[in-house]
This record gives sequence, C-alpha cells and structure tokens, in this order.
Amino acid sequence: MVMTDIPTKIVYKRPEVLDPRVTHYCPGCTHGVAHRLVAEVLEEMGEVGNTIGVASVGCSVFAYNYFNVDFVEAAHGRAPAMATGIKRLLPERIVFTYQGDGDLASIGMGEIVGAASRGELLTVIFINNTNYGMTGGQMAPTTLPGQVTTSSPTGRDVSRQGHPIQTAELLATLEGAAYVVRRSLHNVREVRKAKKAIRTAFETQKHKLGFALVELLSTCPTNWHLTAAESRDWVEERMIPYYPLGDYKVSPAVAELQI
Amino acid sequence: MAKELIKGNTAVAEAALRAGLEAYFGYPITPQTELLEHLSLRMPELGRVFVQAESELGAINMVYGAACTGKRVMTSSSSPGVSLMMEGLSYIAGTEVPAVFIDVVRGGPGLGNIAPSQSDYNQIVHGGGHGDYHVIVLAPASVQEAVDLTGLAFDLAEKYRSLVCIMLDGSLGQMMEPAEIPPMQPLKTEIPDWAVRGTDGGEKRILTSINLDPPDQEQLNYRLMTRWQEIEANEVRYKGYYLEDAEFVVVGFGTAGRVSLSAVRAAREKGVKVGLLRPITLAPFPKAVLDDLAEKVAGFLVVEMNAGQMLEDVRLVVRGRKPVEFFGRMGGVVPFPDEVLTEIERLVAGPLTTEGHPRDRWLERMAEVIG
Repeated sequence: MVMTDIPTKIVYKRPEVLDPRVTHYCPGCTHGVAHRLVAEVLEEMGEVGNTIGVASVGCSVFAYNYFNVDFVEAAHGRAPAMATGIKRLLPERIVFTYQGDGDLASIGMGEIVGAASRGELLTVIFINNTNYGMTGGQMAPTTLPGQVTTSSPTGRDVSRQGHPIQTAELLATLEGAAYVVRRSLHNVREVRKAKKAIRTAFETQKHKLGFALVELLSTCPTNWHLTAAESRDWVEERMIPYYPLGDYKVSPAVAELQI
Repeated sequence: MAKELIKGNTAVAEAALRAGLEAYFGYPITPQTELLEHLSLRMPELGRVFVQAESELGAINMVYGAACTGKRVMTSSSSPGVSLMMEGLSYIAGTEVPAVFIDVVRGGPGLGNIAPSQSDYNQIVHGGGHGDYHVIVLAPASVQEAVDLTGLAFDLAEKYRSLVCIMLDGSLGQMMEPAEIPPMQPLKTEIPDWAVRGTDGGEKRILTSINLDPPDQEQLNYRLMTRWQEIEANEVRYKGYYLEDAEFVVVGFGTAGRVSLSAVRAAREKGVKVGLLRPITLAPFPKAVLDDLAEKVAGFLVVEMNAGQMLEDVRLVVRGRKPVEFFGRMGGVVPFPDEVLTEIERLVAGPLTTEGHPRDRWLERMAEVIG
C-alpha cells in the first residue's frame, strides 16, 4: 500500500480564546454554543487582548473560567452597572456582559434599563432559556404561560404569576439602545445568524454607536426535562411564537456598518 | 491656599477630586446631594467620569466595576441609600478592591428624616453587608477635618485594598465653615497588577468574590482578618482633649464629639476635671487609649446621636472596670452643649455604678424629655 501525502486544511478548531477545559454546563445546553460564538467574534475582530468580560450570577457564573480574557464577576443582576464602571474608565477597551434571563430581566431589570437608556457602549449577550437554571429550574420572568417549573408546579398561571417579559422588545424602545435583536441557537441556520448578530453587537460598541444587546433563545434540557433534540424542537415550537426572532432596534448608524 | 467658607458636602467633593478621584457614581439623596451636584459639574470639566446612576444599587456596582480597574473611585449617599449599597459593599470587600464611600448620616430607621444623626454606626462599623469583612471608618468633626480625611481615605483604601467610609453626620454635610482644601494632586499613573484592563496577549486576570470551595473562601476570610489586624495595629486615629489630669472622660465622635467638647470646656471652667476622647477612626476603634484611661479615671460618659451604638464598643473595652454612663439624642435631634454639661455634672455628682445597663438608665431619664 502506498501512502500519499494528502494536503490537509484545518476548517474547524477551538478558538484560542476559549480555554481548553470541560465546562460545567449540562449536555445539550446551548451556553457552550453562545460562548463559542462570542469567542469566534472576538478573535475575528482581533479584540481578544483588548476585551474585559463581566460574568453574572446564574449558570454562566463561571464564564470567566472559559474565556482567556480579563474578567470580573458581578453580583446578581448588576453586570450592566459593573460594566458601566469599567467602560467609563477604560473607554478604548471592549466590555461585554453575559447574562441569563433571571439575572437580566428580573433582579437586574433596573441596571439593564439604566445602561441601555444611557447608551452605555456595552455589548450584552442575553441568554433566554425561560427558567432559573442554576438554582434548579424555578419560574423566571421569561417562563412561558402554562410552563411547568419548580416554582410554578401546575404551570405558570398568568393571572397569579404575571406574564413573561419580552426583553428585546422592551429595551428597543430606549433611545440609547443602538442595536437590539433576538436570535436563537436551536439549529445551525439560526446559530449562524446569531453569530452575525453578535459580531454586529461588538462592532456597535467598537464604533461607539450605542448600547447593543443580543437575546439568544437557548435550551435547558435538564430543567425542561427533555432530551437535547426535544429541547431544540421546544424552542422552535413553544418559544419562538412568544419570542419572535428579529431585529427590534437597528439604529441608522449601525445599519450602515460594513462588516 | 486660603481658607474659604464652604459647605461640608461640597468641600469633601472638591477634596476627593483634588486627591485624584477619577470616577464618581451616585444617586441623589438628602442630606448628601450637594456632593453629587458639585461633582456633576467638576468631573466632566476635568474630563473625568461622573455618572448619575439609576439607583444606589447601580451606583455601588458601578463603583465595584470601576474599582476593578485600579483607579481612584467613590460614591456617596445617605443612610437609606447606604442600606441599598450594602450588597455591593460586601462584594467589593470580597473581591479586595479599594473604594471610598461617604455616608452623610440622617435619622432613621426607614425613611426617617433628613436631620443629622449617627445611627448608621452599627450599619457601617459592624457590618451591613453579609460575610466577614471590616470597613475602615473615618468620622470627622469639622468641615476641615472631613477635607483632610478625604485624601487619607483614598490612601488607606489603596494601601489595604479595602473599603473606606467617611461617616459624615448630616450636620457636617450641610454646615458651612471655613476650610482649606489642598491643591490639586496629579492622577495616579501606576495601575496595580491585579486590575483588569485587557490582557494584551498576557495572562488573564479574574476579579471575583466567589470561592465555591469552602477552604478557598476560608483562606480569603483569613487574609481579610489578618489584614484587619494590621490595620488595627497601624491606623487608629483619635483626638484627646484635657485627658492628662482627667478624672472623668466623655467619649463622643463627629458632631456629638464636637458638642461634647463645648460641654467639657464649660465643665473645666467650673473646675471639673473632665476630658474628651474623640475617636476619628471608628474602625479600627481606639481601644488602647480607652483601655489605658479605664485604668486611670473614675468614670465615662458616652455621648452619641443615636441610642448608644458606639456605647457597646466602649463597654467592651472598659469591661466593667469603671462606670460607664450614656447620653444620646435620636431621630435627627442634635444635643445641646448644656444637655451634655448636665450629664457630666450628674456623672461627677454620682452615685456611680457598674451594675445594670447605661442605656436603661438613660431611657428612664429621657422619659421626662421625650415620653
């Protein structure tokens, strides 16, 4: 048998900015996908050494272990305030927060509205998986009507427990917000769109155009009590009808960005 | 530099700015607001950071983030606002980043009122936020002293990677008196290694207050406590008046200390051998001098604008060796010197006791005044 040299080309590898360790995320959870997209974007933009991340409280509390960039860890919901403090003192650095739905849309609603309305030059990656994952799947502000969680055991009753918050739509009403969109991570096509949105959100900051947020519909197989594949279907069938994907705010200056 | 007639809040704001303050984050609340207002004009004028936050929660967490860059940062508030900041203060302590905050204390609990008080002593000196940590607490008694302590606050914060609070009674924040503000200092140019700034290709830095493994958290707790021992050994500050030959000693800080000084002087004119110990650092508390006095004098009178919060720290040091009596006004009422003089005369006249609790005796006496 004759061995011949077959030219090889690397078409897919771990971004160097992602630490080569096993994450603590559950199998089938899309946090890993979101991390990777952020990592790829920072590398492609050449901003890895120029970036400071702000981790939040929730499943992504240890995000700082997975990115090889300077990181701080905020109190629950306060990441946008902490990021404001950093960005105002280091305006040439890229500062991003990575927050879940309980963190951002419940306890941290004041801080995210404040940051967006001031037009803070921040990029916010907002993971919406309709529950408090880390504490074991309690009802979140994003939990769908009728959805069973450990604190809505008979299904979310909107007459008693209120209605889910559509965060992207809400923040898009603020003048300081330059780029607010919702994407999903439940299939390859949407993941690719999500990456483009994340890139735009970081470019919005780099060009000092205003506050940018990408809401990412994400899976939580463990607390949804579904398989990974079923979870992806659940996003499509249950979440997207309530949380339509789309661009909720793209300022004229952001629309003109050439990426 | 000449002295100028200036309000306490404004003077502290200008002193902080001249000490190299690079970022201020705050929220309006009386009787602190002039501090925020002054900096809202002066900081942008100098190209420095001023943000009026969405809440005190927002403000203290902006300070937290800003402190992680290693620069001189601060916030200010008043009692109910400081209550809201306790979350962030605990996180700042747990992350070991330096920050200064100013509490212009008003009457409480609850909304209380906007009159001068010292009822945040326990909240500031003995905790507030969760977890084992200490805050260095400075308590000025005049506008000039507040100015002088402001520069010191930043130095101490950086030296010990600690929180430093200037507890400014509402009276001092609102009062105008002549003070000299030091000249403008250049901004810090050296950024400590631990501060985040982007890796620029080097090792990444992580600033966090989470240590999920209990032995790791215990190590942090141990480091904070041994650092506090160092602070207790090196940073105690107080002022003594007429202590050399004193048979009785009044202990009071801030405005209460200043009012007491007038009473002590009046008593001296009447030939009463009474002195005043005015703690400037409420934490670390001036234990050694008080311990020394407990061996020499016949009795103590603690005067505060609260229901006897520092009183317990005094009693811990005196340990029943000598009688300790208490006089306080609460809820934003400022004591008059003649009230304190009456209390001094009562102490001197006796009979003295180390039995019971001084607060109970004081409440009984106050029944006629308040009840």
